[in-house]
Amino acid sequence: MCEKQYTAKDFKSDQYVRWCPGCGDHALITSLQKAMAELGVAPHDTVVISGIGCSSRLPYYINSYGFHTIHGRAAAIATGVKVANPKLTVWQISGDGDGLAIGGNHFIHALRRNVNINIVLLNNHIYGLTKGQYSPTSPRGFVSKSSPYGTVEDPFRPAELAFGARGRFFARCVDVDLANSAEVLKASAQHKGASVVEVLQNCVIFNNGSQSNLATKELRDDNAIYLEHGKPMIFGKNRDKGLMQEGFGLKVVKIGENGITEKDILVHDAHCEDNTLHMKLALMEGPDFPVALGVIRDVEAPCYDECVHQQIEEVKAKKKIHTLEEFLHTGDTWEIK
Amino acid sequence: MADEKLVKELEDVVIRFSGDSGDGMQLAGNIFSTVSAVLGNDISTFPDYPAEIRAPQGTISGVSGYQVHIGAHKVFTSGDKCHVLVAMNPAALKVNTKHLTPRSIIITDSDSFTKKDLEKALYTTDDAIKELGINNPVLAVPISSMCKESLKDSGLDNKSMLRCKNMFALGLVCWLFNRPLEHAEHMLREKFAKKPEIAEANIKVLNDGYNYGHNTHASVPNTYRVEAHDHDQNLKGVYRDVSGNMATAYGLVAAAEKAGLQLYLGSYPITPATDILHELSKLKNLGVVTVQCEDEISGCCNAIGASFAGSLGVTSTSGPGICLKSEAINLAVIAELPLVVVDVQRGGPSTGMPTKSEQTDLLQAVFGRNGESPLVVIAATSPTNCFDSAYMACKIALEHMTPVILLTDGYIANGSASWKIPSLADYPEIKPNYVTKDLLEKGWKPYFRNEETMVRYWAVPGTEGFMHRLGGLEKDYNTSVISTDSTNHQKMTVTRQEKINRIAASLPPLEVLGDKDDADLLIVGWGGTFGHLYDTMQQMRQNGKKVALAHFQYINPFPANTAEVLRRYKKIVVAEQNMGQFAGLLRMRIPGIELQQFNRVKGQPFNVLRLIEIFTKMMEE
Repeated sequence: MCEKQYTAKDFKSDQYVRWCPGCGDHALITSLQKAMAELGVAPHDTVVISGIGCSSRLPYYINSYGFHTIHGRAAAIATGVKVANPKLTVWQISGDGDGLAIGGNHFIHALRRNVNINIVLLNNHIYGLTKGQYSPTSPRGFVSKSSPYGTVEDPFRPAELAFGARGRFFARCVDVDLANSAEVLKASAQHKGASVVEVLQNCVIFNNGSQSNLATKELRDDNAIYLEHGKPMIFGKNRDKGLMQEGFGLKVVKIGENGITEKDILVHDAHCEDNTLHMKLALMEGPDFPVALGVIRDVEAPCYDECVHQQIEEVKAKKKIHTLEEFLHTGDTWEIK
Repeated sequence: MADEKLVKELEDVVIRFSGDSGDGMQLAGNIFSTVSAVLGNDISTFPDYPAEIRAPQGTISGVSGYQVHIGAHKVFTSGDKCHVLVAMNPAALKVNTKHLTPRSIIITDSDSFTKKDLEKALYTTDDAIKELGINNPVLAVPISSMCKESLKDSGLDNKSMLRCKNMFALGLVCWLFNRPLEHAEHMLREKFAKKPEIAEANIKVLNDGYNYGHNTHASVPNTYRVEAHDHDQNLKGVYRDVSGNMATAYGLVAAAEKAGLQLYLGSYPITPATDILHELSKLKNLGVVTVQCEDEISGCCNAIGASFAGSLGVTSTSGPGICLKSEAINLAVIAELPLVVVDVQRGGPSTGMPTKSEQTDLLQAVFGRNGESPLVVIAATSPTNCFDSAYMACKIALEHMTPVILLTDGYIANGSASWKIPSLADYPEIKPNYVTKDLLEKGWKPYFRNEETMVRYWAVPGTEGFMHRLGGLEKDYNTSVISTDSTNHQKMTVTRQEKINRIAASLPPLEVLGDKDDADLLIVGWGGTFGHLYDTMQQMRQNGKKVALAHFQYINPFPANTAEVLRRYKKIVVAEQNMGQFAGLLRMRIPGIELQQFNRVKGQPFNVLRLIEIFTKMMEE
């Protein structure tokens, strides 16, 4: 960490940003640059790794060390960077295709190992760069160029996948919701361990309107809930709706009706080791439930990158031999005089 | 000790231990070779084992072998035929008949030649020796029952007792070759340090095997002795036994130490390369980072990420693994990052023959990626040469900002030899092409190059002022930003090729061994076949033929004098364990050159006698 104060401008590269006008990537990079500035990590200690896809062009636009790699492998390369030098702050930028289709294996294993990288998953439910095929997050029946009669497969729900891989940090934001996006991204970087931020993103060309029920503040007030650790789960324009537990599930209640007061509303515990309720919150969807935004899960656990180096230090302290030549002269050797 | 009068002196001897894959033949062979090396013999070994961990007991497919070649002087191969064959069951005898000479001695465990055992090995009669039509002296020893007898008071159960029978055979062979048992006992105590009762049981059986040989020596024609090295000055030094995979691992560590960098191995277990991961994982005290990745692709990507972050990134693999890594290797080609890929070649295509050896990945290493994708290819020539080759692979990768593929093969990777422990002071410096502050004033961009070597400068994350973006997209030669300009692409393609071509200037020239001035036949080889080809050449010269050998360690680029050297010879034969890949590469690079070929893809090392026969015939044509 550095004492110097940075502004979002310090993280802007000199490259012309080439995403389509109206693409959610424009909003997201603004939020990311704001978050980076607020984190206070120097641009030269920041590394942005991406795979392939529209959103994976992002590193070219950030003034930091960046690497636009190959399709699906960003998590594996980011792991190499972070484990090689844990002092660096490492961001991974992947779309739903890059992260969850071709790169699904690296995604789950980066989470399982808990490598301290910040994975920004830009989920627009479509393949944009190849011009409009369904993605692993497109809903069943989705009509696209490669599914003219609708898909006959179920999508991944990123939170489910992340929790299945023992993900310790999961947050969600909406591309156009700049202030909250920046906050969530900052929280993901401050979390020690692998973190996933699912960015609900609009593809203006091939999947326009997929996020339309969350596109404005007014819509989000009623169709989304901002979760904050330690705060009751209240939402709605008039902040009169809340979440309560019912049996094995959740239910939406109205405060003031049926004798329900604010005290009856569930209080968010992002730090709870058990992910059962985090999963339920993350999977809520309309029209019956609000979509959960903010930090849904944030649990500490040992980081792989730190543990690798800790183990090396422990073995070094225990063993007297620290150079190859000394080592080669131990064990079964003989001399010819 | 055996009666000295009966001891026959030999220049070199080949012993093959064979049995069921659970019989401990690898251990017996390994102890024997180490004991011989400690006595001062030169050694070369060849573990020949099935892909299955435990194939059905007693069957042909479950036979595991370990061949040891020991010599009074330098030995270059693990030997063609064996002087002594230990066959712990009828299947082992059947499989190894082809390795016998008419005078080889066969030692069998007579307890395992029952009707049932013979049926499992698909014999049709109850006399295995007769059925196989062999007339060799056979020492049929009731090894299993004597092993049990030896351990009857040990308190071990039947199964544990029988597990020691390999030591009975080893003891017998040690007697046969006049090997004292002290070092073998020491190795067993080390191996079973946590189970002293097992160590002692093995040692007891080992001694009983030795004593059995001693007490009954009248029943074999001779015992043998192979004297130690003639001690010339060059041989002076401290030695250890090393396999090719171990030497590769140590060479990587040596290079990292020399360059002052962290060694980072990203790898996924695959036969026969896994021992590199095992060896390096043990060396945490030397600061080595090893990551066992979720797949082959991740192994390579981890290494690339580590290189980008300023470490020496290495990935190790074999066969199908090199296919999976191709795309990532190509990223390192266009991003111009250092990367070392160790490919321990095995039988292919596809899963092929995982435990057998070939040289069939050559052209894949040189060309097997999309686009024009030049990189450096080096091939190690022997188990001990794996050290130098790995070292040089790292040096070239770091100094020239390029991926280097190091080709070894199953034969040299698993084979071992005695190795004079090198002094790192004798190895060349490794100086990566790092950015320097003054470059900033010159308007540094990530693809700025050293004009002489065409190498771009390495700016490591964490360095102030050098933030930059790399990627798999083509970049502009001058500005280093994404470019699809056609002229620029031509220029970048040529530049990447030229960068690799210019490495040739720093490589040692191609050396010709043997009758270099007047050879009637030049043998050309590359990589792990050096020992066999060298032996072949020397034996042909002893037969009065004029023969020379040019053996390649550097494949891409070729040493600068390659064309000039090869054009000196009228008759050239390229011998390799594939269908002619290196010969094809030579024809492509040296237009008009006439080559004959010797190609074998049997998964087994070359046979020197066969090579002599074929090459002699070629010379007469």
